[in-house]
Amino acid sequence: MALSSLGLYSQAIILFAALALFTSFMMLAQGRMMPLIFTFAWQGLLLAVVSVLVAIVSKHPHLYVSAALTFTLKVVVIPWLLYRLSVRLGMHYDAEVIEHPTLLLLGGVALVIFSYYVAKSIVHLSGLATRNTIAVSIAIELLGMLLMSVRKSAVAQVIGFMSMESGIFFAAVVSTYGMPLIVELGVAFDILVASILFGVFFFHLRDSFGSLNVVRFNRLSEATEPAPLPQAAGVSTVKDPS
Amino acid sequence: MTLLEATLLAPLLGGLLLAFIGHRPLGGWVNVAIGVVTFGASLAMALEVFANGPQLSSGRMFYIDAFNVYLVVLTAFVGLTTSIFSRPYMRHEVERGRVTNARLRLYHAMYQCFLFSMLLALSTNNLGVLWVAMEAATLTTVLLVSMYRTPESIEAAWKYFILCGVGIAQALFGTVLIYFAAENKLGGDRDDTLLWTVLHGAAGGNLDSAVISLAFVFLLVGYGTKVGLVPLHNWLPDAHSEGPTPMSAVLSGLLLNVALYALVRIKMLVDASLHTQLAGHLLMGFGLLSFTVAGLFLHHQHDVKRMFSYSSIEHMGLITFGFGIGGPLATFGALLHMTVHSLTKSAIFITVGHACQLAGTQRIDHIRGLIRTQPAIGWGLLLGTVSIAGFPPFGVFISEFLLLMATMKSWPWLTIPLLVGFGVAFAGLFRHMQKMVFGEPPPGQKPVDANMLPVVAHLLLVLLLGLAIPGFLSRWFEQATVLITGASPL
Repeated sequence: MALSSLGLYSQAIILFAALALFTSFMMLAQGRMMPLIFTFAWQGLLLAVVSVLVAIVSKHPHLYVSAALTFTLKVVVIPWLLYRLSVRLGMHYDAEVIEHPTLLLLGGVALVIFSYYVAKSIVHLSGLATRNTIAVSIAIELLGMLLMSVRKSAVAQVIGFMSMESGIFFAAVVSTYGMPLIVELGVAFDILVASILFGVFFFHLRDSFGSLNVVRFNRLSEATEPAPLPQAAGVSTVKDPS
Repeated sequence: MTLLEATLLAPLLGGLLLAFIGHRPLGGWVNVAIGVVTFGASLAMALEVFANGPQLSSGRMFYIDAFNVYLVVLTAFVGLTTSIFSRPYMRHEVERGRVTNARLRLYHAMYQCFLFSMLLALSTNNLGVLWVAMEAATLTTVLLVSMYRTPESIEAAWKYFILCGVGIAQALFGTVLIYFAAENKLGGDRDDTLLWTVLHGAAGGNLDSAVISLAFVFLLVGYGTKVGLVPLHNWLPDAHSEGPTPMSAVLSGLLLNVALYALVRIKMLVDASLHTQLAGHLLMGFGLLSFTVAGLFLHHQHDVKRMFSYSSIEHMGLITFGFGIGGPLATFGALLHMTVHSLTKSAIFITVGHACQLAGTQRIDHIRGLIRTQPAIGWGLLLGTVSIAGFPPFGVFISEFLLLMATMKSWPWLTIPLLVGFGVAFAGLFRHMQKMVFGEPPPGQKPVDANMLPVVAHLLLVLLLGLAIPGFLSRWFEQATVLITGASPL
């Protein structure tokens, strides 16, 4: 399918989807905290723009709601929350050393190829002009997962998680013109609550471990004996009065 | 269907109420009262469904049939008995200083919100809402896992949050794919193609096989993470062992069932569309792997709650295996096993909670002589373990026997790993149990104020199910089996 045979809007959709995929790669290679958060916000913006374009092309007005939800959550609320938290935790200038960046990016490329392979078996069903983008949405999801698994900072893991969620939302927009409204609202509500809880956890993690580096979270495993509880036996002899 | 609305609204409104008064001494009683209302409403609803058949609410938001109605009743029942146990338990924790008033309020509010999200997941007709409710179940419990604010509990909660979050995101992707297949089949201009009744009715058997297979893999990984299937089980022992014990009881007893329920619903769809054994074989594989690996892990545990969490993984594996085999007999056995496992496991966690308060620790090698210090707790733990290990005359024996029979019929050579697995799990439980129950109690160990009523009720029910399944209950299971497999076991 030649690109030039598509309408202007369809070409724009493919362009912005490709840019969103590019931001996924940027996040993968970005070790510093602030640019990571901003790149995530850019990705949200690009995906919101694609949703609007799909809404115009397909004349599905309820996709404007999806676009608005994506914009509010992924561009405004979550980046702002993460930004405020990193400032308050004094880690906004932190940088994380990324081990084997070349290998990591090559792994990302392999995931994109894999996504195209997976999407090949299902895109023939879709009569939409945007079917190329199904592969991109799967790739964004998988790259988010890759980001989560290679990073050691809790903030980067949260960004990977949210990026995964963006990819899935995007898949819903481009493959089925969005989920039913009640589901989209429910999912958005869950994500909002999750992002607030993540914020609460950053403080708990720092208070308990002194950092947000997940490598230090190794107290629970089968190999080591669990540490004894602070309360010794005997305290429990206090009787329940009720 | 106002009874269903009452079943759902009671925990939701109760949760909101408890968010304000949950820290008062009254809070624990209010928690129990909400449980009574929920259980009463669910029981009345079940009788109605039993008399009149499946019900679809107006607006098609909720759908209740023989399969989910018994899980709704079970969830409401265990929710009630656990709240009875939780009242004195949490009082005790407050007195020990492990829980502040604010956290007690959070605990009570979230307890009811958690029950609400599970009941919503069970009763909804919309696969998307099912996902939202499953995620909500994670969100409501994650702060409870970290309630003691120890480094271990915070690590456990973080692991739970991240792993379940990632897992369940895969399930959302699977749901999108199912929606994609259904829209493709039924036309994109309608808004009801994610409803279970529509998918299973009009679209049944005709969804595109490539998309549905892919969707099932994603959904299996997603909901399988919540069921605790090996190798996606890493979060489960941590989350179940680090939180307050009432939470462990409802997590192990109920949440795993709800996740498995979602998986079986999806399997029904996939089977109708694919006409192959793909879904069944995948479930069998994951189930057997979980069953075997968790049984082995039982042997080197140091923490008593962790040990019983592994036992939960083992039993969920067995149930998944049963649903995977898929014949009427296996499905009947799996449904029965879901019931008896959740009753027995919550009873065990309640007893273990008292035992830990008695000994002041969760470490197995520091819990000694329960039966001499407080016979009720010792006997409760012993009988609970005997029951969960599958001894007659308890109900677990019957369901495991049925599953074994079904395996022997359709996959004879798989009975060997099953039998070995039963033996390994039995040894793993009893090597620890013996010393904890019969050992020499440490000096100065005194009895605690324990409410054994829920334990007695649960174990009596399991015993009853092992001796004679009441007629209405077996008809109920039979209806559910017919619904899932299309054939009757009797």
